[in-house]
Amino acid sequence: MQWLVLVLVVVMLTSAVAVLVLKDFLAALAALSVVSLGLSVLFVILRAPDVAMTEAAIGAGLSSLLFALALRRLGLWRNGGRP
Amino acid sequence: MQRLSSALFLLGLGLLIAAIFRGMEFGTVAPIVGQAINSAAAEQVGAANFVTAVVLGYRGFDTLLELTILFTAATAGGMVLGKRSPTAKRDPDAGFILQAGADLLFPLLVIVGLYIILHGHLTPGGGFQGGVILASAFFVPILARPGTRMSHTAVSTIEGLAGASFIFIGLLAMFGGEAFLTPLMGQGELGALLSAGSLPVLYLAVGLKVGSELAGLLAQLSESEAVD
Amino acid sequence: MPDTGLLLYGGAFGLILIGIAGIVLSAHLVRIIFAVALLEAGANLLLLLATWHQGAAAPIIVAGRVPDLMADPVPQALVLTAIVIGVGILALALSLALRVQRAYGTLDMHEVRRHMEQDIADEAGIDMPSSSHAPAAVQTARQESGA
Repeated sequence: MQWLVLVLVVVMLTSAVAVLVLKDFLAALAALSVVSLGLSVLFVILRAPDVAMTEAAIGAGLSSLLFALALRRLGLWRNGGRP
Repeated sequence: MQRLSSALFLLGLGLLIAAIFRGMEFGTVAPIVGQAINSAAAEQVGAANFVTAVVLGYRGFDTLLELTILFTAATAGGMVLGKRSPTAKRDPDAGFILQAGADLLFPLLVIVGLYIILHGHLTPGGGFQGGVILASAFFVPILARPGTRMSHTAVSTIEGLAGASFIFIGLLAMFGGEAFLTPLMGQGELGALLSAGSLPVLYLAVGLKVGSELAGLLAQLSESEAVD
Repeated sequence: MPDTGLLLYGGAFGLILIGIAGIVLSAHLVRIIFAVALLEAGANLLLLLATWHQGAAAPIIVAGRVPDLMADPVPQALVLTAIVIGVGILALALSLALRVQRAYGTLDMHEVRRHMEQDIADEAGIDMPSSSHAPAAVQTARQESGA
């Protein structure tokens, strides 16, 4: 259990940094949903299955869809919006 | 220069939060309210899932206000996005595989969403999670065929009716001389589908409201014009 | 090997700090909204950890068996609603960003701020705020972007 938590926390923090560092916005969005997915597994370990379900459905699913739609509308879908 | 001051601010903030964290006791705090609820909820509310008992029973009024916040955010988002101009170009329709996949997924997603909503008082899940799944079920066909429109009248009618029925069930308890949103209709047998009184009905209202709000918001965002 | 609770608190702390760093340091509006989402995730984790107990069972009765120690359902209910509110707020922020881009054609914070100041000054019928009182760094930035 301890090792699983360690791996999850390290993956989450690394992808959180990647969200801010990556030039490509679509890649940053993918890193953001990795954070959400790791968080939902952590919620399962914390014995909160309801919250884990919500985080998986909303954080990793719906908000990624929302961000992807918005990136498409903002014209940041390719090459980070910097021509 | 600005970067440097921002970095200094961050350093100070980090030290501050770290100092607060040092004073905390990790994993040993006694949850007094939680223990009281855990020992009383099965008899008082009759829901096998205590989180549902807290969300709709003990903290039902908070849930109502939370739905209000979501409604306000969705309405403000719709207002900010505004109407689509009639000359804006649309995305082309998706290929055959995506369209067939969307047709296949739609009924499955609707059934899963309704199942999660209706079993919210027995298993993990409930109106919020199921509502999100319902919203994505109704959004998948739009992704496959960007030309189709979601009926905004139907969405706002469902949303209004669901919100009104939530408040109406809360008021029914007041007519019976209880507090607002007290669970009605007895507790029933613990673990049965028809148990926990009015909680499944309330969660159905929450699910329909969340689902229609988010589906409407997604549809509005996808209808606004693309730049490239 | 650190203790599990310490690791979890470290994760929440790290997410919050990275989120704040993103809000303070990034210049792009969409990046700031990303950072708000990170901050929100960290805050939710911290809220759930506030009453976390090692070895507690999930607060659900399965087949009539009541566990000895169950996790606290109150913060779980709070976090449940907080996540749903969070997605609503993100949607609002994104639609505002869309509006900003339509109005000014840019999402860079400094550009947007300059445009807004210009608009306010135009609307009030005055010159741009007197730059003699502004710090030197702001003055040079203004000259560069104005040129």
